[in-house]
Amino acid sequence: MKLVEYIIGQLINGLNAGSIYALIALGYSMVYGIAKMINFAHGDIIMVGSYALYVFIVLMKMPVIVAILLTIGFCAILGITIERIAYKPLRKAPPLAVLITAIGVSFFLQNASLLIFKANPIPFGTIIKVDAVNIGNISISGLTIVTLVVTFICMAILTLFINKTKAGSAMRAVSEDKGAAQLMGINVNRTISLTFAIGSALAAIAGILFLSQYPSLKPTMGALPGIKAFVAAVLGGIGNVPGAMLGGMLLGIIENTAKAYISTEVSDAIVFGVLILVLLLKPSGLLGKKRIEKV
Amino acid sequence: MALLKVTDLQVYYGVIQAIKGISFEVNAGEVIALIGANGAGKTTILHAITGLVPVKSGSIEFEVPKTGMNDKDIVTETVNLRKTPAHKIVSLGMAHVPEGRRIFSQLTVLENLKMGAYTRNDKEEMEQTLKKVYKRFPRLEERKNQVAGTLSGGEQQMLAMGRALMSHPRIILMDEPSMGLSPILVEEIFDIIKEISKSGTTVLLVEQNAKKALSIANRAYVLETGNIVLEGDAKELMNDESVKKAYLGE
Ligand SMILES: Nc1ncnc2c1ncn2[C@@H]1O[C@H](COP(=O)(O)OP(=O)(O)OP(=O)(O)O)[C@@H](O)[C@H]1O
Ligand SMILES: [Mg+2]
Repeated sequence: MKLVEYIIGQLINGLNAGSIYALIALGYSMVYGIAKMINFAHGDIIMVGSYALYVFIVLMKMPVIVAILLTIGFCAILGITIERIAYKPLRKAPPLAVLITAIGVSFFLQNASLLIFKANPIPFGTIIKVDAVNIGNISISGLTIVTLVVTFICMAILTLFINKTKAGSAMRAVSEDKGAAQLMGINVNRTISLTFAIGSALAAIAGILFLSQYPSLKPTMGALPGIKAFVAAVLGGIGNVPGAMLGGMLLGIIENTAKAYISTEVSDAIVFGVLILVLLLKPSGLLGKKRIEKV
Repeated sequence: MALLKVTDLQVYYGVIQAIKGISFEVNAGEVIALIGANGAGKTTILHAITGLVPVKSGSIEFEVPKTGMNDKDIVTETVNLRKTPAHKIVSLGMAHVPEGRRIFSQLTVLENLKMGAYTRNDKEEMEQTLKKVYKRFPRLEERKNQVAGTLSGGEQQMLAMGRALMSHPRIILMDEPSMGLSPILVEEIFDIIKEISKSGTTVLLVEQNAKKALSIANRAYVLETGNIVLEGDAKELMNDESVKKAYLGE
């Protein structure tokens, strides 16, 4: 009995970490789907969101809920702005130019926060104060419950949006064929902006959850979760929304299992090992479809 | 006055000039055929009209009913499509069935059709139009929840046409609708084009199948490497010796 409880506990821990990866991975995947680019600055949105939350709550003394909403809004606008300034002029440029630009944006964001907030980590008390829940002998922390519930809600809303609304269909149409989408009257620029806004808003939410678990701010804090979420997106099949969700969750579980049973030091290596293995067996990722070739 | 008037159109791909200053017009109610060999520039012309490729020079004038006027007197204004962003053209009353169909293969048939009505906000009217499209293409209704990428080539062509009709176009541009279809389906598609024309929609038709295109067209233009080399009544062109030799395989 003890063993089963232990395994369930570890699974929940894995889903907890995986939720954050999944929320970030969604942004990578959606942006890739529509703009056919890897937005390497995406992880840094988590960092910007965290600092924004800190500014709103600690420096400006705003109520938590207001601060959270402002943080999400701020990141959404930042995402749109980055696309407009840095990526839009490069729509027809070779992929390598876009990739380097994205890395440049990432450095820019990190250095900007270094300039403003300095390199010393800033401690930040958790804003999520929910009691732990005991189910049998398993105790789930309040933070974990909030993380899982928030992630579930975000995914449900996003799935409904993409599959059931006009704007969501337009987004899928644009990701498939921008020219044909324009012939339908879809404003491609606006659709791309919307995608960056949604991806960045989800990254902001992930950032808030991440900050609650690792309550310390530093300019490079977005890099590692960012790169792992990217792995998750590729694992699930980049460009594929359910794939990003699955990839994120799987990555969290694998990483957590590796940490629990093997060693914390090599858990990252194992994560990347799994990625390589999956890509060898299925290059398009777990849920990635091979593109239907047009005749 | 012409519904669509293209004057001295020039289009470049990089340094290569694909369209070398052509002019033509389409009057309301006509079926106009644009014929020419592979690479003559037919697709480029349609893409230039609907804003999918940039135009170097020339004008593309489209007659659009003036909004806000009372219904009795029909007042139109001329819109220069060169200055209109691609995504704003369909709501002016111009639909384009592109070469290779370009349906959204991951969307369902119904979702594709709804994308065709993207700019139309009246839901009830949309349902009415959908019914009409289903009536014209019963196959699409049978498969409305099927992912469009799994349709056969002929069905995809019907979907592309149905999708264009969903926007209530006054003019519809079609780029090789018969491409890759069996002879029976080609007949069917051309019958449908005739019906579309009869119902009052103007048609600008690009075709490799010159014989069929000329048989349903009022007038036609013959394109050769970016220039219009011949134009006139479709029936007369059908009997033109050079057209017969080059395009009708006689
Ligand atoms: N995107 C492009 N970049 C460079 N050149 C192009 C491009 N698209 C078309 N061309 C060139 O422009 C010319 C006209 O092409 P277009 O596609 O308009 O011909 P078409 O008459 O439609 O031919 P087809 O009957 O084969 O469809 C061709 O020489 C083609 O190679
Ligand atoms: Mg063509």
